[in-house]
Amino acid sequence: MAARTMFEKIWDAHVVHEEPGQPSLIYVDLHLVHEVTSPQAFDGLRMAGRKVRRPDLTVATADHNTPTWELTRPIEDQISKAQLDALDRNAAEFELPFYYDRFSENQGIVHVIGPDLGYTLPGKTVVCGDSHTSTHGALGCFAVGIGTSEVEHVLATQTLRQFKPRTMEVRIDGELPNGVSAKDVILGIIGHIGVNGGTGHVIEYTGEAIRGLSMDGRMTVCNMSIEGGARAGMIAPDDTTFDYVRTRPYAPKGAELEAKIEEWRRLTTDSGAAYDRTVVINASDLAPFVTWGTKPDMVAQITDRVPDPASFETTAEREAAERALEYMGLEPNQRIEDIRIDRVFLGACTNARIDDLRAAASVIRGRQVNSDVYAMVVPGSARVKAEAEAEGLDQVFRDAGFDWRVAGCSMCLGMNPDILDPGQRCASTSNRNFEGRQGKGGRTHLVSPEMAAAAAIAGHFVDVRDF
Amino acid sequence: MEPFVQLEGVVAPLDAVNVDTDMIIPAVYLKSIERTGFGPNLFDRYRYNEDGSENPDFILNQGPYRSSKILVSGPNFGCGSSREHAPWALEDFGIRCIIAPSFADIFFNNCFKNGLLPLALPEPDVRRIMDKAKDNPGFEITVDLEAQQVRDADEEIVVDFEVDEFRRYCLLNGLDDIGLTLQHEDAISAFESRQA
Repeated sequence: MAARTMFEKIWDAHVVHEEPGQPSLIYVDLHLVHEVTSPQAFDGLRMAGRKVRRPDLTVATADHNTPTWELTRPIEDQISKAQLDALDRNAAEFELPFYYDRFSENQGIVHVIGPDLGYTLPGKTVVCGDSHTSTHGALGCFAVGIGTSEVEHVLATQTLRQFKPRTMEVRIDGELPNGVSAKDVILGIIGHIGVNGGTGHVIEYTGEAIRGLSMDGRMTVCNMSIEGGARAGMIAPDDTTFDYVRTRPYAPKGAELEAKIEEWRRLTTDSGAAYDRTVVINASDLAPFVTWGTKPDMVAQITDRVPDPASFETTAEREAAERALEYMGLEPNQRIEDIRIDRVFLGACTNARIDDLRAAASVIRGRQVNSDVYAMVVPGSARVKAEAEAEGLDQVFRDAGFDWRVAGCSMCLGMNPDILDPGQRCASTSNRNFEGRQGKGGRTHLVSPEMAAAAAIAGHFVDVRDF
Repeated sequence: MEPFVQLEGVVAPLDAVNVDTDMIIPAVYLKSIERTGFGPNLFDRYRYNEDGSENPDFILNQGPYRSSKILVSGPNFGCGSSREHAPWALEDFGIRCIIAPSFADIFFNNCFKNGLLPLALPEPDVRRIMDKAKDNPGFEITVDLEAQQVRDADEEIVVDFEVDEFRRYCLLNGLDDIGLTLQHEDAISAFESRQA
């Protein structure tokens, strides 16, 4: 058989039906469901008298609307509550065995709980009505975000109609310099390829710097694949992946797991297999990054300055930069380190895992949040929260003046009570700095957990390498 | 799903690159459990002032553009989230075709599922349509999916295009994907028994 990439191997193993000129019918091994993009899909099933074909391959949770205040306090927003109630009803009516509501010990951001509980495994096809489904590719699976019509299609048929995407290798050569995190890797990649650099492609991240990342770090990288326009991101499974899977509660165990691991070792891209495109970045060119604009590719190194729109080549880029600076309330050539902040948000499916919380805690231990800053930590799941508390991280954050919250999507997207006020400026570990993303008029700077933590203490962005 | 065969209507020029899904409809309006009713919140942050009144500078609040059926915009339209509420909001407002040099993948796909045509045309053609729409408020074009052609009344603009045959067939006939897939139910069951 001809040499194949990892993506092609997974794709080929899941083709149910193919016809020339038509999208392929791909079998879905894991369907993750949340309250925002599913109610209309369940309605569609009801109207057509259809059932969920494989409830046993469907995992649902509540994350986007859920307030991050204590669970004993009721939800105040009745429209949010109605959406959460709809998922309760749909999970019961369609008999979903794996539904984790707001109060479950397995609840959390859908892209945190999938891998953490052991549902996401190498070689699988994973879908969810959410663009950050790309996160799961960190385990060596093909994971794509879909719309609500496709959610309904998967619920009814357990398949997805897809035209085969092209492949793109993004290789990071060399070891990561000190103080450079997984978030900086992906911000650096997006800055390099642009917000539509990966359109139509599945990215496979390769190279020494990627191999050296923990599973949590790899998920951070794959999470933001969509911010570079890619359909999906993936990383070949290796011993780091297998060690991670061995400790997951719902993953296969014992001899069954070890047999699967032998299969998974063969998933890696064959030598001689060709990608449609390859981009190479030297790890030594990466540094802690801060976004200055309203698209994730508007990034600068912490030691740099806000760019002058006049320095961009095309009219469209100049206008976009001018508009971004106006929205962000920044001046051309202003030093990034001189940007003062009002809020810090440590959380979201990008950076709310245990490694992220540990990294941030190590920066703030024994220090105090700046008096001009309100800072909050929102663990990605109830399990991550419990694990952090068992290690005493909650106390480290509380002692420093951070607010310690209950798991959820929180201030990543402005859909629950956690939002910025107009004009407020936030150092955020989330994935999108779009206009109004964290609340109308809010200004978002994307950074790593370490950089967010350091900014909380200093009151402005600082180079975590000197902090 | 309503078939899309030929669409004739006013073109609204939204001259910006990377129009994202949070711009099209902010997350705060995604709480509804219905498929309809998102039109009033289309481009909400730009259409309305602080006090809820209309922002007269925004294109869709101006004269003939209020009844636009076609939107023309810059590259990478629809980037960001997978929210199908974006095409639902456009459709609910009355827009059934978006013309741009390129689209983000998930948005592109979502449009076809809702009887909307996301039409990728070469940048110079998009620019000509954009300029004409800006200079002549109320400028109308015909998007003919049957003939795969965009043209204006005086035929100053005539652009041929090609839409993937399968998607075109589904749009022209207003077909539901699930029904088509269930024709292959035997293949799905066979795949499942091989896996078990």
